[in-house]
Amino acid sequence: MSKKITISIMDGPFENARTVTALRLVDIAARRGYDITVFAYEGAAALAFARQMPHANAVHGRDADEEDHPVPREWVASLLATAKANGGSVDWINCGLCVDERGVNEAVEGTRRGTPGDLWKAAEASDGTLVIGSK
Amino acid sequence: MPKKVLQLIDTAYRCTVEEQDDPAVWITHAMKGAGGDLDVLLAGSAVNYAVKGQDATGLRFGERTQSHSPDLDGDIARLVEKGVSVFLVEDDAAERGIEPGDLIGGVKHVSRSGIAKLFGNYDQVWHW
Amino acid sequence: MKQYTLIASRDPFESRQAGRYLELAADLKAEGNEVTVFLVQNGVMAARRSGASAALTDLSEKGVEILADSFSLRERSIRSRALADGVTPSELDVVVDHLAAGRNVIWH
Repeated sequence: MSKKITISIMDGPFENARTVTALRLVDIAARRGYDITVFAYEGAAALAFARQMPHANAVHGRDADEEDHPVPREWVASLLATAKANGGSVDWINCGLCVDERGVNEAVEGTRRGTPGDLWKAAEASDGTLVIGSK
Repeated sequence: MPKKVLQLIDTAYRCTVEEQDDPAVWITHAMKGAGGDLDVLLAGSAVNYAVKGQDATGLRFGERTQSHSPDLDGDIARLVEKGVSVFLVEDDAAERGIEPGDLIGGVKHVSRSGIAKLFGNYDQVWHW
Repeated sequence: MKQYTLIASRDPFESRQAGRYLELAADLKAEGNEVTVFLVQNGVMAARRSGASAALTDLSEKGVEILADSFSLRERSIRSRALADGVTPSELDVVVDHLAAGRNVIWH
């Protein structure tokens, strides 16, 4: 039986190194084909926002294509696909109230709205749970 | 599967005005309501959440007046009323000049050196 | 006996709590538990041999496993030869191993 893990995150995009570390953990688990629940709380509800746009960078001397600036929504979408390709899953849950107050209602396909009750339920069903708070 | 979780909260006043509450305290209430079995450990500057009489009223941004200020000590008291054990690191309170009489009732004290033993009473510890 | 993995992400030169977290690791070990401290992000700043790294070496001598994320070390150009005694570079995979094994993994 596949392993199940739950990770709760709180930081918005482009604000803190915690986001990258959290997604590195999800990536490792996705490649192993685990069933992963990500509960995106507070600012993290914006990580999957569908309208994020990459941009050029004049300081780097690169146009938009050359800069190939990452946007977290692409990471999220790719993690969902990677887990599936390896026989697992990512259930990416955006805290609904957090989505509403930030106006980030359009999220990448495959993610869903949820509540704290979903976090509790996922944690109960998981082999391990990690909460990454914001500071 | 977690049977009992200790919510360790040590970040204080991060976005409490905009949210009209503390997100870690709020989600504890929400998960408790959803059937969660949780207790809380206030540490670091979050021990201040148990201090009586906090007042963040009166803020205005242009013509937009804040209707509800956060009621952090009230939210902690309501956790206690719901049967959540709320612990507070007494060394962190003392360091901050917080006297026992400054605190709301119902909060249990634990020494910093007693935290490891407290952890042993829980299946998981979630640090917000 | 329980198994704990304490992820230490905070810069010990900026956060007083970082030192407290190591004390907690020592206390958990003294309670008879199996304890790993996993340094990540700016938490690896303590891994380079310096005045601040003694706390990690002391902790390792008490039987706490001290691991440092290889990527975080490389990102900060902290080479293996510069690591404090008792600190071992590690892949982040270990954290996923520990989660999957049901260890109590706590982020700081």
